[in-house]
Amino acid sequence: MSDIAVQTRHVPDRLNSRAFRILRSWEALLLAVTVAIFIVNSFASPYFLNAWNLSDATFNFTEKAMIAFAMALLIISGEIDLSVAAIIALASTAMGLAVQYGAGTPELVAIGLAVGLLCGAFNAVFVTILGLPSIVVTIGTMSLFRGISYIILGDEAFRGYPSSFAWFGQGYIYWVFTVEMLLFVIIAVIYGVLLHKTNFGRAVYAIGNNPTGALFSGIRVQRVKFILFLLTGLMSGVAAICLTSRLGSTRPSIAQGMELEVVTMVVLGGVNILGGSGSIPGVVIAAFVMGLVTFGLGLLNVPGIVMSIFIGLLLIGVIALPRLWAIAAQSRKA
Amino acid sequence: MLPRLIPVRETVLAAAILLLLILVASRFSGFVAPANLVNVFNDTAPLIILALGQMVVIMTRCIDLSVAANLALTGMVVAMINVAMPDLPIPVILAIAVLLGSVMGAINGMLVWKLAIPPIVVTLGTMTIFRGIIFLISDGKWVNSHEMSAAFTGFPRAVVLGLPMMSWVAIAAVALFGVMMARTPLGRSIIAVGGNPHAAVYTGINVGKTQFIAFLLSGALAGLTGYLWVARYAVAYVDIAGGFELEVVAACVIGGISIAGGIGSVGGAVLGALFLGVVKNAMPVVNISPFWQLAISGSAILIAVAFNVRAGRSKGRIILKRAEAPS
Repeated sequence: MSDIAVQTRHVPDRLNSRAFRILRSWEALLLAVTVAIFIVNSFASPYFLNAWNLSDATFNFTEKAMIAFAMALLIISGEIDLSVAAIIALASTAMGLAVQYGAGTPELVAIGLAVGLLCGAFNAVFVTILGLPSIVVTIGTMSLFRGISYIILGDEAFRGYPSSFAWFGQGYIYWVFTVEMLLFVIIAVIYGVLLHKTNFGRAVYAIGNNPTGALFSGIRVQRVKFILFLLTGLMSGVAAICLTSRLGSTRPSIAQGMELEVVTMVVLGGVNILGGSGSIPGVVIAAFVMGLVTFGLGLLNVPGIVMSIFIGLLLIGVIALPRLWAIAAQSRKA
Repeated sequence: MLPRLIPVRETVLAAAILLLLILVASRFSGFVAPANLVNVFNDTAPLIILALGQMVVIMTRCIDLSVAANLALTGMVVAMINVAMPDLPIPVILAIAVLLGSVMGAINGMLVWKLAIPPIVVTLGTMTIFRGIIFLISDGKWVNSHEMSAAFTGFPRAVVLGLPMMSWVAIAAVALFGVMMARTPLGRSIIAVGGNPHAAVYTGINVGKTQFIAFLLSGALAGLTGYLWVARYAVAYVDIAGGFELEVVAACVIGGISIAGGIGSVGGAVLGALFLGVVKNAMPVVNISPFWQLAISGSAILIAVAFNVRAGRSKGRIILKRAEAPS
């Protein structure tokens, strides 16, 4: 970092073929890992290869992945939102409060989404209008949002959600395919198109690589970032609806620590934590990797807190390994 | 001349704390009795110690979110050592705690220095890893007060010259860091690295190494606090000090330490911690539910960062970005 070396850049005279690039990409490596985990798991536990068990396993990642897609865009643009889990807590508390006043399912969904959007806007105002660093702002709002849940709920819990509300987290579309899976697929496609096929997506990459350059090329940097925070808030609202519906109750400690898993998922999916690069397909595969790993470990009776060691190691390892690799390659050359 | 002699930020904060004390005293005069103020200070001591370490880390443009997990792991380890070997003298326990904390700090520091991984990612990861290890070594069980030796739990409570040892440790740490920041090359290079890493390199400062030392210091203090915490509350379990890292960051931000690095003072960190400590201790007195605590520290962080920018500094920088782009 501090050593100043003159770097010469090797510019190839022709690009590798498309198939070759795909084969060598991060996503291909992830996919291989997924298949390997799948095979190992099916040997490790006789309960793994069961359609219903696998269907249940998807709950491990669907809600997190919904947020991870929006978070991927945010991180690509060079910002981060650590308040997502707290937004879930606040949105869930708001929905629980509404139930006490007799709100029906449509109102609950509207409230969940609205609270998510509002929280996203709150973060966005601090980051884009006041120009504060997103990491501090969202650490602050992380305690603020969850703190409000604690003020409202204390050590109580909200229950009594209408039975039709259970559809989001517990419903099935067809056979073993859940409503959450459908939402996951729809949201993945929407974000994939948004990031990879629209001008907005190009702007996100441009901002992440060089905010000043993006500004000079006519991108309204602050507005794009504002929208990204709104989207992350909105996705947290969607995840709050699914999670609340699935659990059927709200405590202020709901989704505690989920922000870490979401960030891990995004980084594991090949998104550069410093911004500027990454892809939605990568995040989709990363979601499966994390889901399969936690499900497999769960079948082997590994407690949740021990799984979190794996998640932490995964987060650091995924970033550290390529760098170690690069250092090793450099020393070999020298 | 006067405004230049008195640092504005610290004065405002000290005035705010004083105002808070007067407000509480108007409702309940016993709160400002010297004995109670000693209690409040003693209760805030862990936060003060950790805020000093976090201050150094933040000033080098990093952040350490693993301090609370480090504290909990060290606390659990020394508690288990105490159960296994009740006759081990306290200085040895203290040395083990500081050493263990330093090792964890060094892990963070090495990952940031040698592999240039963003500090936020490193410490988010190590935070969960450390917590998980507590579960692994303790098997999820608690170490309770009756299992600990009297000397082990007695040390932080022993009263010397009217103050418990816990407070004296905090005072010693403040003095040490005050001297370090103002009077040693290390303190100066910490400020230089945060202020302008490029310029720091040209003046011969090793930026990565300075950041490593900052993490080492933060880890050592977290380890020390780990022992004090477990001994004072006479219990160790997986979730002790859960979420405390946020309070530590909050204390620093309230104390005027710029998250963009390079700006901050020992006085600010101490006053920021004291502010939170007074708020926390005053809440039950004025009948506010403890459930407000989290929201209040969150709001305090937001108000403090907004205030920092309004105070006319340069705009906040994205700390995820590495300080230097490859040249």
